[in-house]
Amino acid sequence: MQLIRAEQLVKTYRAGEVEVPAVKGVDFTIDAKSFVAFVGPSGSGKTTLLNMIGCLDHPTSGKLTVLDTDVASLDRRAAANFRGQHMGFVFQDFNLIPVLSVYENIEYPLIMVQNWPEQKRRAQITRLLEAVGMAGQANKRPDQISGGQKQRVAVARALATNAKLVLADEPTANLDHDTAYQVLGLMKKMRDELGTTFLFSTHDPKIMAEAEVLFTLEDGRLNNATVAAKAEAAHA
Amino acid sequence: MLNVLKIALRNLARYGRRTLLTSTLITLGVVAVLLFIGIAGSFKALMIGQFTDGVLGNLEVHRKGYVASIDSLPLNLNMPPAMVQKVEQVLDKMPQIDAYSERVKFGAMFSNFTETTSIRINGVVPAKEAATIPLMPGRLIEGSKQPPLLRPGEILIPKLLAQGLKVKLGDTVVLVATNLQGSVNGKTFVVRGILDSASGPSGRDGYIDINDARSLLRMTQPEVSEIAIRLKDPAQLDQVDAQLGRDLAGVTNQQGKPVLEVHTWAELSPFSSIVKMIDLLTLFIKIMLVSIVLVSVLNVMIMAVYERIREIGTIAAIGTPPARILSLFLTEGLLLGVGGTALGTAISLAVIYALHLRKIVFNFGMQQGLVLAPSVSVRDVVVIAAMVVLMALLASLQPAWKASRMDPVRALSHV
Repeated sequence: MQLIRAEQLVKTYRAGEVEVPAVKGVDFTIDAKSFVAFVGPSGSGKTTLLNMIGCLDHPTSGKLTVLDTDVASLDRRAAANFRGQHMGFVFQDFNLIPVLSVYENIEYPLIMVQNWPEQKRRAQITRLLEAVGMAGQANKRPDQISGGQKQRVAVARALATNAKLVLADEPTANLDHDTAYQVLGLMKKMRDELGTTFLFSTHDPKIMAEAEVLFTLEDGRLNNATVAAKAEAAHA
Repeated sequence: MLNVLKIALRNLARYGRRTLLTSTLITLGVVAVLLFIGIAGSFKALMIGQFTDGVLGNLEVHRKGYVASIDSLPLNLNMPPAMVQKVEQVLDKMPQIDAYSERVKFGAMFSNFTETTSIRINGVVPAKEAATIPLMPGRLIEGSKQPPLLRPGEILIPKLLAQGLKVKLGDTVVLVATNLQGSVNGKTFVVRGILDSASGPSGRDGYIDINDARSLLRMTQPEVSEIAIRLKDPAQLDQVDAQLGRDLAGVTNQQGKPVLEVHTWAELSPFSSIVKMIDLLTLFIKIMLVSIVLVSVLNVMIMAVYERIREIGTIAAIGTPPARILSLFLTEGLLLGVGGTALGTAISLAVIYALHLRKIVFNFGMQQGLVLAPSVSVRDVVVIAAMVVLMALLASLQPAWKASRMDPVRALSHV
C-alpha cells in the first residue's frame, strides 16, 4: 500500500531577487510500514523534502500525496491538523519541552493536539515508556537525562498519537555511534510492533546501512532508490 | 484549558526571576492606585464635608434666576410663603433628606456706632440651620457652642469683620438694610459669637434669627431666599438632585413654567474644581498603572516568544493548532496580570485596614481631629482589577499572535 507519492516535486526558495532551487523535480513512492532513509550531503534537499512530506513546507510545483491527501493544497490550519492526526516528528536536537517531565512531554500531543481522556492517555504513555525503555525516568526533566534518552522520549512522543508516519530529521546526528544504533533499533522495533512508517534523513554512511529503503539525493535530485534485501524479506 | 493553564504556569515558573519582577511591578502599580484612590477619596470626602456641612448643605433650592444674580442677593427673587410651603411638602416626603433650613439672605450695613462696613447676612431658624449645617457651631471661635445657635436679637459675625471693627462678644452693633420697596431700616443686635472664615461662598457671612431678618427687611409675609438641604447619605446626591428637580418642576408660575431650581453644592462652590482635579489625578494614576502593566507584560511576553522560538516551532510541527498556541501565550500574560492584581489588591486592602486601625488624626480647616479613613469601594477594586487583567491580556496579544503565526520550519531552524 502506497503511503506517499511524489510526482515532479519542486521546491525553490527565493532569497531576495535570487531563486535557489532546493528540490528539482523528484518522483518517488513510499509504502506503508517501511523504514526509509533520505541520504545525501548537506544542502542536497533532504530536509526540504522531509518538510514538504511533513506539511511544514509547500512544494513550489509538482504533486505530493500523503495518506491519499494532496498535502500541497492544505492551508496552515489544515496542515497543522493533518500533522497532529497522522504524523510524528523526531528532531536532531530532540526538541523536548524543558519545563515538562518525560511523561508530560509524551503526553503533550495527546492533550494539546488530540485531547485524549486521561485514562487512555495514561495507558498509552505507560506502554510507550516501557517500549522505549524509559519507564523508570518518567518524572525526570529533559535536563536530567542523556542525549540518547532524550531521543527515546522524542520517539515515544512522535508515536504517542498512533501516528502512521514518523519523520525524523537527522535523528542520530547528536548521538554517539552506539546510542545512534540503539535509537535506530528502537525506531525499527516500533515500526515492527506498531506498523508505523519511519522516514529519516542522514548523511552518516553507517546509519544508512540500517535503512531498508534508501533515497539518495544530490543537488536536489534523486539519484536512485535502494531497497535492501532484508526489507523485502521482512515484508514478505 | 486546564492543561494550557498548567503549561502556562510552568512556563512562567521557568523564568521565575522575570515573572517575579513583572508581577511585582503590576502588584506595586495596583497597590499605588488603590491606596491613592482610598486616601484621595478620604481627603475628598473631608473637603466636600467642609463645604456641605460648614456652609452650603448638600443641595439648595432657589427661585429661578436667584443663583444667576446671587452676588447682589436680590430680594425680589425670594420665595413667597405658598411656594416655600410646597417645597417643604416635597422635602418632607423624601426619606433621603436628613434636614433642611430656610434662609433669608440680604446685604446690609454693619456698624459699631463709630465705624461702618458692608456685610452679607443670613437670617436662619437656628435649630434647623444647626441640623442642616452641623459644622456651624465648630466655626465659632468665640462664643458659646451650646444650642441654640442664636436667639432673637443676637448676631454671629465673621472673624475678619470683628477684627476690623474691633467688635467683641456682647457688644451691641447695628444692621441697616434696604428692603424691596427701597425703605431703609435699622436694628440693633448683640454679638453672640465670632465665626471663623470658611472657604467658598457665604464663608464670611453673618447670621441672625430669620424673624429678625424679616423684621429688618419689613417683610409683609415670611419670604425665604433659599432652602439648604442636608442628605442622610451624600452618595445619593445625584439621585436626590434629579428627583427633587422632577418633583419641584410641578411648582409653576401663572404661565405654567417652573419657578424653582435645585443646585448641588458643586454647582454653587468654585471648590468643586478641586474635587474634579482629584478625580483627574486619579484618572492619570490609573493611566500610569495601565502603562506600567502594558509595557511590563508586553516586554515579558515578547521576550518569552523570542526565547522560545524553537519550542514554538516544535509544538507547531507536532500539530498544535495555532489557536492553542495563541491561547497558551495569552494565558501566560493573563496569569501575570491576575497574579499581580490579586497580590496588589490583597496588600492594598491590608494597608487600608492597617490605616483604619492606626487612626491617623489631623486638622483641616475648621475641622479638628479628623481621622484619615481611606476606603475603596468594591466597584473601584473590580474596575482596577479588570483594567489590569485586560491590559495584561492585550499586552500578550501581539506576542501570542506572532507565536501562533510562526512558520514552523523557520522556528525550528532558529538559533
